[in-house]
Amino acid sequence: MATIAPSDATEAVVTSPGKRPPRRKYAQRMYPRWFLLPGAVIFFVLFIAPTFASFYYAFTRWTLFDVEFIGFDNFVTFFTDPQLSKGFTNTLIFGTLTSGLKVVLGLLIGVLLTSEIWARGYLRAVVFFPVLVSTVGVGITFQALMDPYDGLINRALAVVGIDGPGWLTNPDLALYSIIIVDVWRGVGLAALIYMAGLVAIPQEYYEAAKVDGAGAWHRFRNITLPLVRPATTTVIILSLIGGLREFQLIWVMTGGGPGFASDVLASVIYKQYAYGFYGLSTAGNVVLFVVVSAVILPLFWWLNRKQTDL
Amino acid sequence: MNRTVSRHVYGATAVLVSAIIFLVPFAFILVQSFKTGPDSASLSFTWPIDFVFWENVVTVFQTRDYMLITAFINSTILTVLSVSIMVVLAAMIGWVLARRPSRWNPIFTFFILAGLIVPPAIVPTAWIMQSLGIFNTLGGLALVEVAYGMSFCVLLFRAFVSNIPRELDEAATIDGAGPIRLFFQVGFPLLKSVIVTAIVVQSVTVFNDFANPLYFLPGEENATVQLTLFNFQSQFQTTWNLLFTDILLITIPPLLMYIFFNRQIVAGMTSGAIKG
Amino acid sequence: MTRRARPIALAGIAVAGIVLAGCAGGGGSSDDTEGPITLKWFQGSGVETNIATADALAEAFNASQSDIIVEVDASGPSDSAALDNLMKTRLATNEMPDMFWYNSGSLLQALSPDQTMLNIADTDFVSNLDPAWVAAVSTADGVFGVPVQTAGGGGFFYNIPMYEELGLEVPNTWDEFLANADAIKDAGYTAVEMTFGDAWTSQIVTLADFYNIWASDNDWAAKYTANEVNFADDPVAVQSFTKLQDIYDGGYLNEDFASALLNDGLEAVATGTAGHYPMLGFAQATIATNWPDNIDDVGFFGIPGENADEHGMTIWMPPALYAPANTEHPDAVKEFMAFVASPAGCDAVTGALGATGAYLVEGCSVPDEAPRIVADWGPYFDSGMIAPALEFLSPVKGPNLMQIDVEVGSGVRSGESGAELYDADAAKQAQQLGLEGW
Repeated sequence: MATIAPSDATEAVVTSPGKRPPRRKYAQRMYPRWFLLPGAVIFFVLFIAPTFASFYYAFTRWTLFDVEFIGFDNFVTFFTDPQLSKGFTNTLIFGTLTSGLKVVLGLLIGVLLTSEIWARGYLRAVVFFPVLVSTVGVGITFQALMDPYDGLINRALAVVGIDGPGWLTNPDLALYSIIIVDVWRGVGLAALIYMAGLVAIPQEYYEAAKVDGAGAWHRFRNITLPLVRPATTTVIILSLIGGLREFQLIWVMTGGGPGFASDVLASVIYKQYAYGFYGLSTAGNVVLFVVVSAVILPLFWWLNRKQTDL
Repeated sequence: MNRTVSRHVYGATAVLVSAIIFLVPFAFILVQSFKTGPDSASLSFTWPIDFVFWENVVTVFQTRDYMLITAFINSTILTVLSVSIMVVLAAMIGWVLARRPSRWNPIFTFFILAGLIVPPAIVPTAWIMQSLGIFNTLGGLALVEVAYGMSFCVLLFRAFVSNIPRELDEAATIDGAGPIRLFFQVGFPLLKSVIVTAIVVQSVTVFNDFANPLYFLPGEENATVQLTLFNFQSQFQTTWNLLFTDILLITIPPLLMYIFFNRQIVAGMTSGAIKG
Repeated sequence: MTRRARPIALAGIAVAGIVLAGCAGGGGSSDDTEGPITLKWFQGSGVETNIATADALAEAFNASQSDIIVEVDASGPSDSAALDNLMKTRLATNEMPDMFWYNSGSLLQALSPDQTMLNIADTDFVSNLDPAWVAAVSTADGVFGVPVQTAGGGGFFYNIPMYEELGLEVPNTWDEFLANADAIKDAGYTAVEMTFGDAWTSQIVTLADFYNIWASDNDWAAKYTANEVNFADDPVAVQSFTKLQDIYDGGYLNEDFASALLNDGLEAVATGTAGHYPMLGFAQATIATNWPDNIDDVGFFGIPGENADEHGMTIWMPPALYAPANTEHPDAVKEFMAFVASPAGCDAVTGALGATGAYLVEGCSVPDEAPRIVADWGPYFDSGMIAPALEFLSPVKGPNLMQIDVEVGSGVRSGESGAELYDADAAKQAQQLGLEGW
């Protein structure tokens, strides 16, 4: 057990930066590096190593059994795919829209559910329900609800006298319909992360602001928003990465269709793998990795940068 | 007075909107699972002609020699095993990374993000597992799930550890706590609500995962719950009433878990107003 | 120092414990030195009729001898892409059970059978199999599978009562077909049912039109494999796509063609809300199950071409039973395969499914009582006006045909444009296979 000289101890409680024992030594002792080891070993051995090693296959014609080095041919093939630009645009639309909506709606719901609202317990439970259902289950359910003729949504619209569209069968609409479902499914998690961030904000700040006569909007703008930033960063990063990589929901609901209308990079890659084009789909994975990294890394750096400025 | 009225108006509106948006799809699933096969074929939101919910449940359980029961057991073991390892190890990592900034941080961050960004390579992973002798074992599959879920948890924990004032650590240190006791006595309780969040989210992810078990732990006796859906939906035919009954049944465990943990989340939130 | 070492050791023990616990849970291999050998047969497609077939074959075989027990494992994703992934991954990681069920034809080539599968070229029972079948499950170096069902036609299912009501004849040319469709449309019915909610059904017209290409040039498939002909530039082959456009342009489709499913299509053509539904023969079993009263109301004809005397039918080969190269019981597997490739095996299939088409095993008999659709194939078989679908004659098959055909069939893309896009798609696949001349 660590023993600290009493003088050090009193110093530590005072917390005046100048008089502390050297931070670094204290940190080394109390937050040892070996804490990282067990998790890191599993992560590296079972994920990072095989995945990054597999990037080699992006430069090969790979049948899972035979490997033939072909240089950049796979990338050439991947980029000359006539459907690629569509998949590219769809990926960005899907990622940014789902992520943006989850941030805005998640914060809104989070604030609502940490306020003194009536039926709070019920609302907290209900908003999170969709997170519990599997992607396949959600996809199948909404396929049925969005059916252009028998689906509940268009039946309900018909009652009001609106002729509902083919949510998943209209090539111009399919992607956006899936986006709505994805937000429906994911907003509960965003709200939960926000709630955890919101309750961590000390109430004294709000009370002090109230004493100063700040209005609700003012308090939200100047206390809530800046202090809930770690949660915002988390929600943005998680939902954006998830959105840029999402294909399972798309796959269940439309299979990338009708035609190629709702294909995203990830579903194109998945299809290539299914057809046995392993080298090509690995090349696609490399491209996807580069694209997502190009979006996420600067964003992450920027978000965290702003955080330390506070 | 005025304030309570507006609170109830807001609340009532929220309840109504949430019911339409979040409960109707579940009501739809429920209604389909009450119907007979032909009755559910049209997929309309109508009152069931005959109520055969119980028969449907029995049929779903009996399909393929009670595959659903096997699947429940497999999925539950896998979930408990992998999520408990994942959360503890990830919390340790998040704790140290947030408390002890260093030059290496950007590198750590890159790998954490890489874990979220890169789609895993199935076949090479299988090769590594085979060489370690953990392929086609439940433990091996659990470790794979740990590896895939690690990034999410670390990211979440790291973000929230930075919210916890260090004074508490220092106070514990004065009491003579070592690093492990410090982590479990100070870090863990304070991270409670976010840990519960991670447990809930990752449990749902693992419980509802079907691709990884299929690849890393093949075989009918190793089926997981998602796989049972395919018993009622094939390329050529779907028995909707049984499919929705199955969706309902396999959503129950995550739901129970959420109801159980929801209290913890709320408790963590009400007591978790950390005094800065 | 020692204080620091202990936690590491603990963490190590924890992880080791997990791994050990996992090992205990894993299924060991069965080293049966005595007692019967158990063979696992991975069916894995989730299709009821296929599971019934596999079960019937296993039961009949288990009853016929006592040394080997065949068990069917029917757990698998029904989504065909997921199933393809699973098959390939299991073969690549040597995790395939003793036997598995998979397509014959061009899809087989993607599994690299030479490296992954048990070669049965040297067995006696291969000589009992139809040469066309053997070609569909072979590479240059070996033969790999035995047929588990029957060969059947693909083309138009049509509603007989409606034809009778409107006084229509089975069309022998494409123009006659369009005239029939117009008559049906004018009578207020759906002339052609389409079901793009199950996207794979969009391909039937294109694929089943192959007989007409084959009739125009018997060597077309070989030339196609060698990259000497393609769809877009061949006046006959391009019709495989323009016919789909004709159906859309004619306004023949059901209102809900974009979202309807296979079952809706079968119901429409069986109960008489639609005149035609392009479909593969195996689906007649579904009609028999779901609409038994209408089973004789549905007839069949091949996709007509330009020449009335040359109205033939494109046939589909059944799926196959294969074994991975690393099976522990190659002899037992071959014994079961021999049973499947024998009249006793055919009878087991007939017992499960009834008459579904033509058996590809010598000495097998078809029951006299056949559903109308199957009976309608008879004249085509008798006159020899049949050709296997292209995927059984050439390894080249573009993977995105269903998406392209959904676009053509929905009026989003013209037939010519669809043919061009499909040629590019097929070229990509041929390059991936490493074929000569691409």
